[in-house]
Amino acid sequence: MGTRDRSKLFALRHRTGLAVWVLALILLGTPLVVNNPYNLGILNLIGLYVIVVLGLNLFIGYAGQISLGHAAFFGLGAYGSAVLTGTYGFPAWPAMALTAAALALIALALGVPILRLSGHYLAMATLGFNYVVHSIFVQWDRVTGGPSGLSGIPPLTFFGFAFDSDLKFHYLVWTFALAALTLCLNLVRSGVGRGLAALAQDEVAAATLGVNVRRAKVQVFVLSAVLASVAGSLYAHYFGYVNPHAFSIFKSLDLVIMVVVGGMGSIWGTLFGVAFITILPHVLEFFETYMDIIQGVILVVILLFLPQGFVTGLVDLVRTGLARRRLAAETAKRAPTG
Amino acid sequence: MSNYLLEISGLDKNFGGLPALSQVSFRAAPGQVTALIGPNGAGKTTLINCLSGVIRPDAGEILFDGRNVAGLPAHRLARLGISRTFQNLRLFPRLSVLDNVLCGLTIQAGVSLVEALLRLPGLRHRERRLKLQALEALDAFGLADKAAMPAGALPYGDKKRVEMARAFVSQPVLTLLDEPVAGLNPEETAQIAGLIRQMRLAGKTMVLVEHDMELVMGVSDRVVVLDGGCRIAAGSPEEVRVNPLVLEAYLGRMSATA
Repeated sequence: MGTRDRSKLFALRHRTGLAVWVLALILLGTPLVVNNPYNLGILNLIGLYVIVVLGLNLFIGYAGQISLGHAAFFGLGAYGSAVLTGTYGFPAWPAMALTAAALALIALALGVPILRLSGHYLAMATLGFNYVVHSIFVQWDRVTGGPSGLSGIPPLTFFGFAFDSDLKFHYLVWTFALAALTLCLNLVRSGVGRGLAALAQDEVAAATLGVNVRRAKVQVFVLSAVLASVAGSLYAHYFGYVNPHAFSIFKSLDLVIMVVVGGMGSIWGTLFGVAFITILPHVLEFFETYMDIIQGVILVVILLFLPQGFVTGLVDLVRTGLARRRLAAETAKRAPTG
Repeated sequence: MSNYLLEISGLDKNFGGLPALSQVSFRAAPGQVTALIGPNGAGKTTLINCLSGVIRPDAGEILFDGRNVAGLPAHRLARLGISRTFQNLRLFPRLSVLDNVLCGLTIQAGVSLVEALLRLPGLRHRERRLKLQALEALDAFGLADKAAMPAGALPYGDKKRVEMARAFVSQPVLTLLDEPVAGLNPEETAQIAGLIRQMRLAGKTMVLVEHDMELVMGVSDRVVVLDGGCRIAAGSPEEVRVNPLVLEAYLGRMSATA
């Protein structure tokens, strides 16, 4: 085998890993091009939401469930870090880990009963959860600071190096986002991931192939809650303040729209979905004023024509079209008389 | 230890008070094809669903390899080595043909979420081995050139074979085939019959539910006849073919009704 063949084989075998590295290199150099803090801030926001939406896409797109309450996990992560570090002076990293662990337990306790539900009922249950959590943020003044929230949250530091500017945070948040991306790509390329994709399409068939359907759903729910929590903690340390408004049910809807635009079960599509929805209001002021209407229209149009979401829907269409064409060509070849 | 892989006794299942199975008993020997036949509504699919854990029987015993497995959930039965196909295809249409068959290796692929997230070298190698195993199965079932296509795009006959490949890829101990040739043309039916015979030669144990009598008589070692949720006959294909009770169940009473 020549060097060229060998490198070709290497590229083929490790194409997913290589793609992540290429993305990492691009992001490493991005601040050279995107150098004003405003645009860098948007890119940081994209990084934060990518972490949340990756987990949510596993839950919605892979496991085929629905959650209208993931902003609650995001918010609990943010408030967890804010209270522990801001109010009680905890060191930031252990606070982040502690918050994520606590949220894993909450998601487990919540997931076991509510993941027996499906469809509309699951949507309502998760929406209700978000509503309750949001009310607590607003009402529990003494701890959460009420409607105005908490401020004075210190930035994250690493051996004395503080991530206290947009530029520094860019590298931090994208390290986390790329790590989350890698974990999710690993998951979907495993038997566990195929089991999830299977149960999203047919629970009975998946079960007869050995997928423990109820357990798999809860696992992904917990995983997505942990990712949302970590993103929330990063959010709190980045902005230095938290308030309930950012974690309302409307934020949950935004997150679901990002999943839909990115495409159900498309890990790479998630990057596109998050970037598209986050950048849109900043590109044109027009969009900012009418953002809700535009998002609604986008959602309806996509779900009407590509129910699997934008990216996944297009990819599916192309794959099915190509396969049908090849099959038709083969049939024609076998019976040349026609 | 008995000589039978599967021993069912006194199996009952009611749907809203209507008996779908009553006191059904039968046995299946290892390495043989046991066919379940009977008119529509006889309870054949209900029985298969009980055997694969899709529904729970109300009463009775299902001894699989000497152990009572009645009422275990589907994923546990799969782990014990029971696989199945479905009467109305249950493929994963958006997954590729290869991924569909790989889903048949869910248990072999491992179920640890943490291991999957980290994709350690051990898992990488296992995935590669399983992929080869799945490709071999696709080859055996004549689907090798369609591995990358989404399963939903295939014609019906190919889909039936994908489901069979998925059911056999894991080297199961027992495979339940629910009407594998329903809706197929004679050519495709002959192809499936050939595959069933091939699997039998490879030492596989199968329970076959089928309406196509030619297929049943051609591939089965033993035939069990159900009617109205009860077992009315059992024996070799030749014995069953001439059994008056069976003829009555299929053709109706010859004499005037009382």
